[in-house]
Amino acid sequence: MTDTIEHPKLPNREQVRPDPISKGSEWTFDLIQTYDDEIAKCAEEFGLDTYPNQIEVISAEQMMDAYSSVGMPVGYHHWSFGKQFLSTSKGYQRGQMGLAYEIVINSDPCIAYLMEENTLPMQALVIAHACYGHNSFFKGNYLFRTWTDASAIIDYLVFARNYVAECEERYGVEAVEEVLDSCHALMNHGVDRYKRPPPISAAEERRRQKEREEYLQRQLNDLWRTIPKMGDDDNERERRRQRYPSEPQENILYFIEKNAPLLETWQREIIRIVRKLGQYFYPQRQTQVMNEGWASFWHYTLLHRMYEKGHVTDGFMLEFLQSHTAVTYQPPFNSPWYSGINPYTLGFNIYSDLRRMCENPTDEDREWFPDIAGGDWLETVHFAMRNFKDESFIQQFLSPKVMRDMKFFSIENDDQEDVYRVTAIHDDPGYRPLREKLARQYNLSYREPNIQVWNVDVRGDRSLTLRHIPVDRVPLGDDASEVLKHVHRLWGFDVHLESVDEGTVVAEYHCPPQELDDE
Amino acid sequence: MGMTHIVDRRLNGKNKSAVNRERFLRRYRHHIKKAVADAVQKRSITDIERGESVSIPSRDIQEPIFHHGQGGKREVVHPGNQEFVAGDEIPKPEGGGGGGSGSGQASPDGEGMDEFAFQITQDEFLDFLFDDLELPNLARKKLKDTEAFTYHRSGFTTHGIPAKLDVVRSLRGAHARRLGLSGARRRKIRELEAQLAALKEAPDDLDPAFSHADQIETLEAEIARLKANVRRIPFIDEIDLRYRQHVKKPRPATSAVMFCLMDVSGSMTQTHKDIAKRFFILLYLFLKKNYKKIDVVFIRHHTSAKEVDEEEFFYSRETGGTIVSSALKLMHKIIESRYSPDEWNIYAAQASDGDNWNDDSPICGKILAERIIPLVQYYSYVEITPQDHQMLWYEYEKIMERFPQSFAMQQIADPGEIYPVFRQLFERKAA
Repeated sequence: MTDTIEHPKLPNREQVRPDPISKGSEWTFDLIQTYDDEIAKCAEEFGLDTYPNQIEVISAEQMMDAYSSVGMPVGYHHWSFGKQFLSTSKGYQRGQMGLAYEIVINSDPCIAYLMEENTLPMQALVIAHACYGHNSFFKGNYLFRTWTDASAIIDYLVFARNYVAECEERYGVEAVEEVLDSCHALMNHGVDRYKRPPPISAAEERRRQKEREEYLQRQLNDLWRTIPKMGDDDNERERRRQRYPSEPQENILYFIEKNAPLLETWQREIIRIVRKLGQYFYPQRQTQVMNEGWASFWHYTLLHRMYEKGHVTDGFMLEFLQSHTAVTYQPPFNSPWYSGINPYTLGFNIYSDLRRMCENPTDEDREWFPDIAGGDWLETVHFAMRNFKDESFIQQFLSPKVMRDMKFFSIENDDQEDVYRVTAIHDDPGYRPLREKLARQYNLSYREPNIQVWNVDVRGDRSLTLRHIPVDRVPLGDDASEVLKHVHRLWGFDVHLESVDEGTVVAEYHCPPQELDDE
Repeated sequence: MGMTHIVDRRLNGKNKSAVNRERFLRRYRHHIKKAVADAVQKRSITDIERGESVSIPSRDIQEPIFHHGQGGKREVVHPGNQEFVAGDEIPKPEGGGGGGSGSGQASPDGEGMDEFAFQITQDEFLDFLFDDLELPNLARKKLKDTEAFTYHRSGFTTHGIPAKLDVVRSLRGAHARRLGLSGARRRKIRELEAQLAALKEAPDDLDPAFSHADQIETLEAEIARLKANVRRIPFIDEIDLRYRQHVKKPRPATSAVMFCLMDVSGSMTQTHKDIAKRFFILLYLFLKKNYKKIDVVFIRHHTSAKEVDEEEFFYSRETGGTIVSSALKLMHKIIESRYSPDEWNIYAAQASDGDNWNDDSPICGKILAERIIPLVQYYSYVEITPQDHQMLWYEYEKIMERFPQSFAMQQIADPGEIYPVFRQLFERKAA
């Protein structure tokens, strides 16, 4: 989308007579409504395109509920959500952990939860952040547009919950739990990265369930036809040499759903449900920096605009800025609070810097970003929001200034060396390599091991072989054999996993474990 | 820009996670049971009845996924550089790969910690505490008085009083009946209407002999007749009516009385009494889970028995010798005057250090066997002593042989054995 966005006329604060909406910190429904109206007007000035909002005020306990179902407003039952709930509520009760200020759901209308404990400035912050920031990101970013269908998700979740509940009734809670456990272990491997999936829809799912059942059975029968055709042996040998699938498949869950020999239809449907949910979360996993950064950039910009218009008081701004600073705080690498790069900070800094480059370009900006420096900031940030994911966003827009501000440096840890090596820092020779490394750090296929379905011994013992391709010799974690047990449960026959680095098998995992061969 | 809709959800159910939480507890019940058993040992006498913090080794509840392990070559970007320049080398710490992976946020479920700790409520605590235990001989109670019935929903019936009419069910039946009865006719109507439409579409023949008018008229009449027919099917019929059915189910008597008998003679030290008290509390909590109303009768004795309140029962001290039969006689008297076995489930727990006048022990056996055991559901005896048994124990052993269903006895030597012994006494017996 390249439509031009008209600039708002920005009055100075001095020119307006301050007439704040409220002075206290207690919120009421009327006040929330008024704030939302005014924030919406500001958002419109900046051309934020959003789904309609549905703001739901909930209690802290309900927030814990929402929190522990990974942000799904409706979910099937599973013990792991219970575990999440227990740890959330414990942390909260002990005061070790504040609850998330907000949860926002990628749906149409866009559902945002406000906690009743929040003060009024916090509610306004959350409205700006979630209802206009995240919301416009959901609606505008290409990954969300491609991979999720905001209008269908709630329906689909209801469908999924009912289906799982029905299965529990028929086949027992434990049988269903087993399948879900196994699917969850593979949830990150249930997406085709390069193929666009059809959007999910509950009605469609129900309609096609029956169809699928019949079709699947037919397909399976074809694959598993065990009686060899009479005929020439050469042909037979040739067929044995061929792998199935002929091309490696990265969507392990999909492959199992379609090909596992022994699964019941309902088990395949459950795999499908988990796969579809994985697909729904897939864009979120790839746009943390962009999405949180965008929402933070907009709560900051929108509330400042409110201030300029005289809608909020100085006290309000102080409280708001305090929260904003806390959210976008980046502890340095040697701080006890350091746990990686804060996506809020990085994203907020990049968007803010884009605006700065447009409004106050320096020579450095003109050299690094000739197309952006001195340009239209609103158009620039919208373009950046729409057409990228974290990896390409950083590659494209991370400026030397932000790298300097955040004092980035990269460290290489090679297990074949005795020392860590500082490979680049925030200086002239360092900017480009640093940016490349940081971008790669957000590449999903670099963050998560690359594991694909390699072969099924269709004519032999029906075993399934997965192949792991290590990058820079990084091996699989300890969990691998545990995950393999889950693959085995779904597949029903022996499962092998081999790490193959440049043609050499460097590690093997088997389920059931293999006896050591005689020499 | 769309309208914003603001909803107050605070009054909606807040226990959305209850099922998931319960699933979690069920999945790890073995871990939790162990933690609960440990907690019972540690707790002081007065606070056995509250929730508990439970810890489970994190590795037991991890959900495995494929992830990168240690090793290989990795490069990570960090913020907050102070003095590093490119090319700097930093020695690795001795003995260990170390060097956190850096990428990714700390996981919110505390991965990496050794223990996953959480709270269970008081009810859950008791559930786990008494899991697999049951009160013996509950069924023996006669089901008599009127209040001991409850009504349960039990499907639908075709007869009933108007108050129990189930509108939805009835209308659903009516709808099905109407569809069933009119199906053939409505299909016919559709066919005829299709024909009619086709005729009306087709250009009419000029020759009146071949005009469609007649056919159209016939069709229209037939359709009208069929439609009238369909309309005559009653909207609701008596056979459609469904009533909610309730059945009366007898309920076991819900009141119980628990007799606590304790020896307070000079030989019972405060430690003995603490052990006894913990045992009684366990029994009390267990009964409370099973009965709505519980009376507790405290009888203490040395050479003579006395009914006392709880405070006096546990904390006052006496000296002198021991005549156990005095307590049994008093208990019998109290049953006769206040707790008719027809209406009460009667339980008794007796704690003693086993000391008794030798002449009295056979009397105790006789009273128990003839006057008390026939009246009670269950009588348990715990002997708190690390020493050898005396007369009373052997006398009671004979009772146990005669009444294995309603009499049980165990020895407790130190506080750690209270809970295991309690479990043994009330273990669910294979039917």
